[in-house]
Amino acid sequence: MIGAGLAGLVAGVRLAEGGMRVTLVAKGVGSLNLSPGVIDVLGYAPGRVDAPREAIGRLVAERPDHPYARIGADAVEEALAWFTGRVPQMRYRGDGPRNLLLPSAVGVPRPTALAPASMAGADLRGGGRFVAVGLSGLKDFYPRLLADNLTRADLPEGATVTARHAEISASPRPGRADVAGQVYARALDDPPFRAEFAAALRGLAEPGETILLPAVLGTARAGEVFDELQERVGLAIAEVPTVPPSVAGMRLNTELAGAFARAGGRVVLGVEAVGATGADGRISGILIRDAARTRELPADAVVLATGGFSAGGIELDSHGALREVVLDLPVSGPPEGVPPLSERHLDHQPLMASGVAVDGMLRPVGPGGEPVWDNLYAAGTIVAGAEPWREKSGEGIAIAGAYRAAGAILEET
Amino acid sequence: MTHQLHELMRDSLDHCVKCTICETYCPVAAATPLFPGPKYVGPQAERYRGGDANADASLDYCSSCGICTQVCPQGVKIAEINSQAKAELAQERGVSLRDRLIARPTLAGWMGAPVWPVANWTTSFGPFRLLLEKVLRIHRKAPMPRWAGRTFQSRTRARRRAPNPSAPQRQVVFFHGCAANFYEPGTGAMAVQVLEHNGLEVIIPKQGCCGLPLQSNGQYDAARAYVRRLAAQLAPYARAGHDIVATSTSCGLMLKREAHEILGVDDDDLKVVSERMFDICEYLVMLDERGELNRDMQPVDMEVPYHAPCQQRGHGVGTPAMELMALVPGLRASQVDAVCCGVAGTYGLKAEKYDIAMEVGRSLFDQVRASGAPLSVCDSETCRWQIAAATDRPSVHPVEMLHRAYGLG
Ligand SMILES: Cc1cc2nc3c(=O)[nH]c(=O)nc-3n(C[C@H](O)[C@H](O)[C@H](O)COP(=O)(O)OP(=O)(O)OC[C@H]3O[C@@H](n4cnc5c(N)ncnc54)[C@H](O)[C@@H]3O)c2cc1C
Repeated sequence: MIGAGLAGLVAGVRLAEGGMRVTLVAKGVGSLNLSPGVIDVLGYAPGRVDAPREAIGRLVAERPDHPYARIGADAVEEALAWFTGRVPQMRYRGDGPRNLLLPSAVGVPRPTALAPASMAGADLRGGGRFVAVGLSGLKDFYPRLLADNLTRADLPEGATVTARHAEISASPRPGRADVAGQVYARALDDPPFRAEFAAALRGLAEPGETILLPAVLGTARAGEVFDELQERVGLAIAEVPTVPPSVAGMRLNTELAGAFARAGGRVVLGVEAVGATGADGRISGILIRDAARTRELPADAVVLATGGFSAGGIELDSHGALREVVLDLPVSGPPEGVPPLSERHLDHQPLMASGVAVDGMLRPVGPGGEPVWDNLYAAGTIVAGAEPWREKSGEGIAIAGAYRAAGAILEET
Repeated sequence: MTHQLHELMRDSLDHCVKCTICETYCPVAAATPLFPGPKYVGPQAERYRGGDANADASLDYCSSCGICTQVCPQGVKIAEINSQAKAELAQERGVSLRDRLIARPTLAGWMGAPVWPVANWTTSFGPFRLLLEKVLRIHRKAPMPRWAGRTFQSRTRARRRAPNPSAPQRQVVFFHGCAANFYEPGTGAMAVQVLEHNGLEVIIPKQGCCGLPLQSNGQYDAARAYVRRLAAQLAPYARAGHDIVATSTSCGLMLKREAHEILGVDDDDLKVVSERMFDICEYLVMLDERGELNRDMQPVDMEVPYHAPCQQRGHGVGTPAMELMALVPGLRASQVDAVCCGVAGTYGLKAEKYDIAMEVGRSLFDQVRASGAPLSVCDSETCRWQIAAATDRPSVHPVEMLHRAYGLG
């Protein structure tokens, strides 16, 4: 596996559990620690999506070059069921075929397929009464903005939300003006601070109200922290994702990496993949640069999961030329004549869908549709055709694609 | 410092997107509010440095474990930038007598070796340690190794052979580092026997200190002089085609990468040495991959917790110690879930940092104790001393487990 993001880890876990000897190499950790810890499958296409499975069907009919067209809607279902079983401590909850609608860090309703139980309670589809509670030491969470935005949120017909805000000063580092989310989270893993925190929350909300807190409620013991806080306070609590660093994303990263290690997978972090050796259409090894030299890591099959622009899997030079950095694979970018970028950040950005095109087995292909290497697969953001942060499709594509690629390798060998 | 490489390191900070992943992994920031985190003192503060601006003093709490650089998704050389800024800070403030002393293991080694029983008695004698803390600010409880008397160099004089270009593959050079020389000659001897047991001849040339402790204490000029001298001692062997194998994982990393990337040493001697330098576990796994490792092993029936130290992670070779231990019948090694033991070379010895170092290592120590195992395993000597002191049980180099499995002990 090249890449330690969601795609690399998922493929790694499935292969290692399938009895393969798996090595995961990455130059740094993946994007999970920045992600909210929810599992987006399809949130906008282009309007807000209520039923992602049906919407995927329509999407792939219209856009045969979308990753979901290669992966297939059924595989998504199967992959997600398998995935949630691999990370039981995350306690993922969904609503069958329908998306949840959860508040983002700034109070925008955000469609997502699965969320940790600690977040799912903030589902806005049925409306509700909320108290957004800030922590005076945590600069990067804005309870007032969150509450204000929730009261004017675009919700399904009939749903009404009331929201107010409050703040508590319980802090693991009293007197400090700027305490990071992970510091709160680690302190909440320990019972003494947890008790102090629960005491501060008591009396802030009335029966029937849900307390919204930044998603910093524990790391290693998050489940226990959440249950105990709800019990001590006697009211419903829901976590709201924060801006990076995201404790909820860190939990998922840790649990998935743990599953990989338990299955016997090896991780080599801090090395860059710089090429491959091979002949007759098959890769025989990956070249990696370690502290002293470039060496070959022999491999029977390779999964490229190096992410997109943000992780460095794809580069754009000053002449506008796109390059896949490890294997120099053909990159498909915006078609001739289409402006690559729009003026507004969150608008359609065709350039951001650049990546490697793949076949039905998730193997990168050349212009004629033939696989570049018979035993090379690609998964995650490196696959061309999606704009995950706009579509809210990143985790679904990464999980289902990696699951499929791993399945193809298990069948082949 | 206006070195070309320094500029390169500095440029890498433009890749920082402020994702703060380094801050979430930093073991020191997790343990104390005195250190605001690698991004804060690094890519963020670096922009205000240079010219008349001084580095923020909180930088001094960085332990130089290097985890930030390893986890950075954008390739920012955070640890390197911070190490260089720390050196400038040390220059501005002046280097204390303590930091000069603890940065020179050879000095302490040579002072203690001839009078080792006395030296060992004093370093374990409470009132003397209290005095050491008062006068030098070396924490009274900080783990200190015990001098072994005769140095490893003098015990192995017969192996001080010239390079042999005619059969370089069968003859490897052993780089033992200061730890094996003065304090743990037993580890050095076991490494030699394990290599010999695998059909290799072992040459042990005259060799000095790599300068790493000087580097981490901000004394760059001295560190450069040390590492150049060592590289010159080893280079003739590398040029003749001998591989160089190290048991001291941090000193090996110094020669592989840090002397170049942090100190900016660019000479040919260093380059050839770094290309031939291998951590011993990395080397043995490589032999195994070529089918050349002796796999004839006796059962060693025990469970052991293993800690991959920060500097070992810096090699980018995974955890070869775990792979080797998996070959030993009956040996059940499990990797401890922890980033750092806290000591980071000399950091945890300092009176003002000892408590932080113990807090950094807390979870690691808890896991070792909870395992109930009679010993723990770790590749780096200063980490072993720290872990052993904190958990009341020995901590050994992975080659010691192989040594047992080969029935050499
Ligand atoms: C800031 C941000 C916000 C996002 N928000 C959303 C969102 O709201 N909704 C949504 O659906 N999706 C979102 N996404 C996308 C989503 O997170 C990803 O699609 C998903 O996590 C899958 O990631 P991945 O595994 O493909 O790649 P990544 O997680 O990016 O991992 C790539 C890995 O490859 C490694 N790597 C790269 N090049 C090399 C090399 N040469 N050698 C070795 N290793 C290499 C990297 O170090 C890293 O470990 C967001 C992404 C980012 C970065």
